[in-house]
Amino acid sequence: MEKVYINGLGSISAQNTFDNSEFLNRVEFYTENVIPAIDVNYKAFISPAAARRMAKGIKMGIAASRTALEEANLENVDAIITGTGMGCVRDSEKFLSAILDNDEQYLTPTPFIQSTHNTVGGQIALDIGCKGYNFTYVHGSVSFESALLDALLQIKTHESHSILIGGVDELAPHTIEIHKAVNHIKSEVVEASKLLENKTKGAVFSEGANFFVVSNEKSETSYAEVVDVKLINTLQTDELNTELNTFLEEQNLSIQDLSAVILGCNGDVEFDGFYDVLAENSLKDTPQLYYKHLSGEFHTASSFAFWLAAGVLKSQTIPEAVVLKGGIPSEIKYILLYNQYRGQNHSFNLLKSC
Amino acid sequence: MEALKQELKESLVEQLNLEDITPAEIADDDMLFGDGLGLDSIDALELIVMLDKTYGIKLTDPKQGRAIFESINTMSAYIAEHRTK
Repeated sequence: MEKVYINGLGSISAQNTFDNSEFLNRVEFYTENVIPAIDVNYKAFISPAAARRMAKGIKMGIAASRTALEEANLENVDAIITGTGMGCVRDSEKFLSAILDNDEQYLTPTPFIQSTHNTVGGQIALDIGCKGYNFTYVHGSVSFESALLDALLQIKTHESHSILIGGVDELAPHTIEIHKAVNHIKSEVVEASKLLENKTKGAVFSEGANFFVVSNEKSETSYAEVVDVKLINTLQTDELNTELNTFLEEQNLSIQDLSAVILGCNGDVEFDGFYDVLAENSLKDTPQLYYKHLSGEFHTASSFAFWLAAGVLKSQTIPEAVVLKGGIPSEIKYILLYNQYRGQNHSFNLLKSC
Repeated sequence: MEALKQELKESLVEQLNLEDITPAEIADDDMLFGDGLGLDSIDALELIVMLDKTYGIKLTDPKQGRAIFESINTMSAYIAEHRTK
């Protein structure tokens, strides 16, 4: 079986993550409950004629993917696999609102054309001229992991050599209001640095795009090896420790082999118990990192954790802002990622230094 | 007529998301498609919907659009003559 390496990455998030020469050197601690991603100079990647029809998700996806390709010294790939929870939701809102506002008349084409979930993957393919496999996974908070699993299977079975994978989601005003109404977004303002101390319902929402070139060939630019990923739709808290141990045993590893774990806790008192079960039992002696106080919550926020793990493994440093518990190990070899959203769509993801 | 031309320029910039172009930069006789503003067939559909929604003009023959949407001058002349709103 082929090994799978991360050879390039590009990240646009609520943090200053777009410049790959930095690694969370300047951390933004927000006090808002809906945090837009920091815009980059999209004009450097997209012509004005094309950009005028693109919502933010598409622009973020193209800029992040071009950065990942550039770092991997590639102009094209065998496949593009995208994960997104809500797709191009801004344009979806636009044309659905137009239907309601105009009594189902006067519908314009642009928002409809750009509103589908696979628009980002399609626009990236058009941008780089990739005529290969192009697939978009829409599976809530395992959308990115679904894309990753597809890429792992393709590379390990020799169907592809280099694949661009990514997770992308954008904020949209009507969707934000709905999430506020049902308390999926916190009703009170929370300081990012105290996200887990708040103990209230809901999360801090954000958006972003994290793209990666994964390949069967290790290169000078390689960040890490992707060992395996596991997706579990429904899981009870009392099954978590067993599931984790089974996942590690499948790799002939144990908890003691882990240098650190990155947990997706988002400060939602209703569902952070899933993380607590692992953090207080199997992983109680493992250094614990977290990131959603920096990235915010969105369906593909776990792609930010993937970006974080890749950066930690390559640099062999852990930014202070992401340390939740435990010391920083002298050698960082294996990093486990665990994520879920609202008690569903759990994922384990294991990366190794290379 | 001058007010209508100004209104059309503002609508073009807003509805077609013409980044980096202001209404003042569009001359009355600039070509809207091709080498002029560079609008394309999707923009033509947007303009047809705009004529219907804003001015009550239904274009049944798409070939008409080629002449009507040539410039702000031709658009404003056609709208002034045929508008029902």
